[in-house]
Formats: sequence, C-alpha cells, structure tokens
Amino acid sequence: MDGFLASPIGILAITVAQTLALLVPVLIAVAYLTLAERKVLAAMQLRRGPNVVGPFGLLQPFADALKMLMKETIIPSGANRVLFILAPMLLFMLAMIAWAVIPVQDGWAIADINVGILYLFAVSSLGVYGIIIAGWASNSKYAFLGALRSAAQMVSYEVSIGFVIVTVLLCVGSLNLSDVVRAQERVWFFIPLFPMFIIFFISALAETNRAPFDLPEGESELVAGFFVEYSSMSFALFFLGEYANMILMSALTTILFLGGWYPPVHVVPFTWIPGFVWFALKIALLLFVFIWVRATFPRYRYDQLMRLGWKVFLPFSLVWLVLTAAVLKLTGWLPA
Amino acid sequence: MTQPLLADYFPILVFLVIAGGIAAAMVGGSLLVARQKPNPEKLSAYECGFEPFDDTRRRFDVRFYLVAILFIIFDLEVAFLFPWAVSLGGIGWFGFLSMVAFLGVLTVGFVYEWRKGALDWE
Amino acid sequence: MIAALAFYLFAAILIASAVMVVTARNPVHSVLFLILAFFNAAALFLIAGAEFLAMTLVIVYVGAVAVLFLFVVMMLDIDFARLREGFQRYAPVGAVIGGILFLELLLVVGSWSFADQAEDLRLAPITGDVTNAQALGRVIYTDYVYLFQTAGLILLVAMIGAIVLTHRQRPGTRRQNIAAQVNRSGSVLLEKVPSGAGIATLGIRRPPEPEAEKPKVTHEAGHGHGGHH
Repeated sequence: MDGFLASPIGILAITVAQTLALLVPVLIAVAYLTLAERKVLAAMQLRRGPNVVGPFGLLQPFADALKMLMKETIIPSGANRVLFILAPMLLFMLAMIAWAVIPVQDGWAIADINVGILYLFAVSSLGVYGIIIAGWASNSKYAFLGALRSAAQMVSYEVSIGFVIVTVLLCVGSLNLSDVVRAQERVWFFIPLFPMFIIFFISALAETNRAPFDLPEGESELVAGFFVEYSSMSFALFFLGEYANMILMSALTTILFLGGWYPPVHVVPFTWIPGFVWFALKIALLLFVFIWVRATFPRYRYDQLMRLGWKVFLPFSLVWLVLTAAVLKLTGWLPA
Repeated sequence: MTQPLLADYFPILVFLVIAGGIAAAMVGGSLLVARQKPNPEKLSAYECGFEPFDDTRRRFDVRFYLVAILFIIFDLEVAFLFPWAVSLGGIGWFGFLSMVAFLGVLTVGFVYEWRKGALDWE
Repeated sequence: MIAALAFYLFAAILIASAVMVVTARNPVHSVLFLILAFFNAAALFLIAGAEFLAMTLVIVYVGAVAVLFLFVVMMLDIDFARLREGFQRYAPVGAVIGGILFLELLLVVGSWSFADQAEDLRLAPITGDVTNAQALGRVIYTDYVYLFQTAGLILLVAMIGAIVLTHRQRPGTRRQNIAAQVNRSGSVLLEKVPSGAGIATLGIRRPPEPEAEKPKVTHEAGHGHGGHH
C-alpha cells in the first residue's frame, strides 16, 4: 500500500481525492450561498424568501440548477462563438483553481507553495479577462459597456488590495499563506491593522462586483451588464463564478486578518472545535456582511467609485504601509 | 517528480483540469439535454427590441486607457514591494530608506496626475 | 525526467503561440495567444525554480500589460483592408529594420562570454532554505540600489508621459465638489414631523394634481423647501 501511494499514480490519485474533497464542499457552499442570500435579503425586507421547494426552500438551488440546465443555449449571431463559450468557463475555473493554495487548517493546504499570496493575487488579477472577453465576444452594446466599466473598476481596486497585502506581509515576513495564519496565533491582524482590514473588505466588494459596487451589471441601466446575452448553463457559470469568488475573497480576508483556522481565544471549549470549522465560521460571517451590505446600501455612481479607489484608498493605504514599516522597524518587531 | 518545487505546484494542475472538466460538462450537458431551437430574432443582440443601430466595437474614451496605464505602473510598484516586505528585517535602515525614496519618486508622479485631473471621472 | 518533458512541452507551446501572435488574423486573438505565451514562460520560470518571477510575470504582464493591449485592440476600429494595403508599402522598410536588428542580435550573441561555473549555476538559483522573494529582497534594495532607483524614475517618466499624451481637459464638463456640497447650508430642510400628522403641518404642499386643478396651493407655500433633496 505504501508503495502504491508513493508511485506517480498513487500521488495523482491522492491529489485528485484531495481536490474533490475541497471543491465539492465549495460548490455546495456556492449553491447554498445563493439560497442564503435570498433568504437573508428577504428577512431584511420583511419577506419570506424561497420556501416552496423542499423544507424551508432547501432544495431551491438544485431546482434552479435543473431549470438552467434545461434552458436553450443562445449564441448571438454577431458573437465570436469560441470566446463567447470560453469566457464563463474561464471565470468559473479561476474561481476554483484559487482554492488549491487555501489553508483550511494547519497543514491542510493542498498546494502549500512558497508564494501562495502572490498566486492568489495573480489569479484574482486574471478575473478581469473573463469579463472583458465576455463583453467583447457578445457583440452587444450593453455587454460591452458593462465589461469596460467592470475592467476599469477591478483594476482600480486591485492596486489598494496590493498595498494592503504588502502591509500584512510586513508583519509576517513570508509569502506562504500558512505562515500568514501562523503569525496571527496571538493577535489577529485586524486589530493592529484595522483601517487596512476595512479597506481590504471594501475593495473585495468592488473586486467581486458586489453591491454597492455592482455597476458593471447595473440592472437599471445596463440590463445585466456583461452577461446580458448569456443564457442557460453559461449564465449559471457566471453566477457560480461570482459567488465562488465571494467565498474566496472571504477566505482571503479570513487568512489575512481574522486568524485563519485559529479559535478566537485559546481556551478549552474553543480549542475542541477543529480548525476548519473556525475557518468556515469566519467565512460565513464575512459572507453575511456581504449580503447585509447589499441589502443596506444604494449603488455607487461611477465617478464616485473611481474617486474612492484612486483618491482615497490608494494614498491612504500607501501612507499606512510606510507607517507600518517604520513602526515595525523602529520597535524591532520585524520578523527575522 | 524530480524537483520538490514542481511537486508543490502539481495540485494546481489537477485543480485546473478538474475545474475545466466541471465547466465543460455543465455547458456541454445543457447543450445535449435542452432543446435547441434558434431563430434569427432570438439570436440578434439585445437592444431593448430595436435592431442594433451600428457596430458595437468602436473607438472608446481614452480615459479607460489612462486607467489601464496607471494601473500597470502601480502594479509594478506593488511587485517591487513584495520582496521588500518579506526581507525588511535583513536589509537594515538603508534598505528601508531606499524603498521610501522609490515611493517618494512615484508619489511625485501621483501628485502630478492628481493636480492634472487625470484621476477625475466626469 | 518529468521536468525535462514538461520543459519541452511548455517551450513548444510557447514558441507555437508566439508564432500565432504574429500570424493570427484577428488582433484580439493575437493578444490572447500572447497571454498564452506569457503563461508558458511563467511555467518555464517555475521549472527553473524561480517561483517569485513566475508569479510576477503573471501578475504584471498577464494581469496588467495584456489588459491594456486588449483594451487598445478591442476598442480601436481596425480596418483590415487598409492594414493590408499598408503592408505592401511598408514591407521593404520593415524588412530592412528587421535585418538590422537580426544582425545586432548576432553580434551580441557572438561576443557573449559565459561564466566558468555557468554549468553549475544552471537550474540551481536557490541557495539553501532562503525563498526566491527573500533572496531577491536582500540584494535589490541595497546592492543594486542605483538600478532600483532608476526603475522608479522610469516609472515616473511613464506616468507623466501617459498623462501628457492621453489626458484631455474636455470643456463644458461639470465636476462635483463634494466638500462644497456637504457644507452648503440652508438648502436642506430638516424638521421633526409629529408622527401621523404628515408634512402638510409644516406648510409643505405637494404639487397640484394635473386633473384636479387647485390654483390655491401653487407656489407660495412649497417653493422654499421643495425641489432640493
């Protein structure tokens, strides 16, 4: 048995099993996130939300999936067929492959690479392609406008995300995600770096095109933005990709600021609960905030959105970055 | 695997293949299962019921290019910051001040673009 | 063995996609092939053990530079007929420039001298337990400080150049001055309204209904307060 596990086929089998063990829960979480969003929004608007399919509407995501599956795939006549089909698949795949480096518990990262945080930064910077390609390939004005807006918006907030990540790295001294979490064993970084935590979370909202930054898909002006021409399963892939990205950004926030798999205090009843449960709980809390924000705030105007990204977040995070470095240097608290 | 480094990256390849498989299965499954009955009206681009007036792909506001160029510059700045952040403990005050000077130069550029109104969006 | 196979696979895809970049008819496809080429180059860096460079290549070139290319290519109206007509005219000039560049490259490669331990340095850029990023960080900001500062200056020039070339002040645009908007006084009415009484008790009247004409409440009451929000 040991011989088999060490052979190339054995390694492949183990990796495939690990991958499925992570991706299947993520996909189920995505399915139930759509239901949770509708339920929470409904509760905040004094409605009841989906409650017909299954007990408390629990089977609603599967009913939606089946409905999408049975719909006709429409490829507009002016569209670039290959790119049109490829774009939603690309977005979905990007949202999935990022999970390879996420440490759900100490030592549980499937690909524990040295530059994990750079990998996540790279994958999230690729997300803009799925949107531009979708908007261009559709050959529709609404889709094109939505894609343009979205590209400029994601690009603008990525800079501040970069500065925030560097600030956290200053306190860690490593690019490995597990090391980032281990550095927070005593103090979670959202306490000393609170302003950066807020900037990161708001930028995450903008990066995932969520309300109040959902201009790329603004229903009232662009009908649905870059995916106006999509139907059936390719439409569903956009949806899955967007929600998977929300979960991913919450996971990243948890790793960077909320102490990953660590319990809030290291005393007995809390330490009994395994680390991945803490990790999932923190993600769920952040996702609730995502939905709460959507229920509360009106949509931003485009010039305000660009102003916030370039004129507020960028200078502020840059100054805070230099300050953090100076303080760490002066006090000698830098990691060796 | 001859190199441990490549072994670390192997799972990412597996993720890519599996995610691609799931995505292809979903799109392909729908193409197989659902009834496809296209007609020209259904396939025309959505424009609130009108026929499209002109081609979609046309010249666009130069502002979007400016945002993209500024993004490249700041992205490079961030790329320079990553190795600095992880090695700051070992390069002393000289390394720290070196980066401060680098950021100072770029801040000059940032102030210039702010004053020029390149960051405004009307 | 596997590493060598992977190297040849990625190198082959890299060259093939580079060829496609220059031969593809549709410029958007060219850019997409360019992105594929960048990815394969990143994979080659990984095989050589330079994981930081591999990720930086993806972040900077794929995540930023190629986005700009795609922007430009997608939004410019490219007239293929005119492009081809130009090709005829410019082909000789292009061939001459290409020939000169090729000669220069030959000269450079011809005078290249390899280090004595080049064979040993190959594929072993990592020394011991230091990661790529830390190894780079230890030298860039101190030993190579002049080159580093020059990079900063080049970025500054790029930033200023981009603004000079592309920024146009358009006449007749109205900007929002948020500070002035927040600071203005007197235009917003804040009143405590007794619940159930309605705003009529404050002297605010709704505009008259179009069908039922009531000339009595037209302007005098509602003017000062309505209209702003």
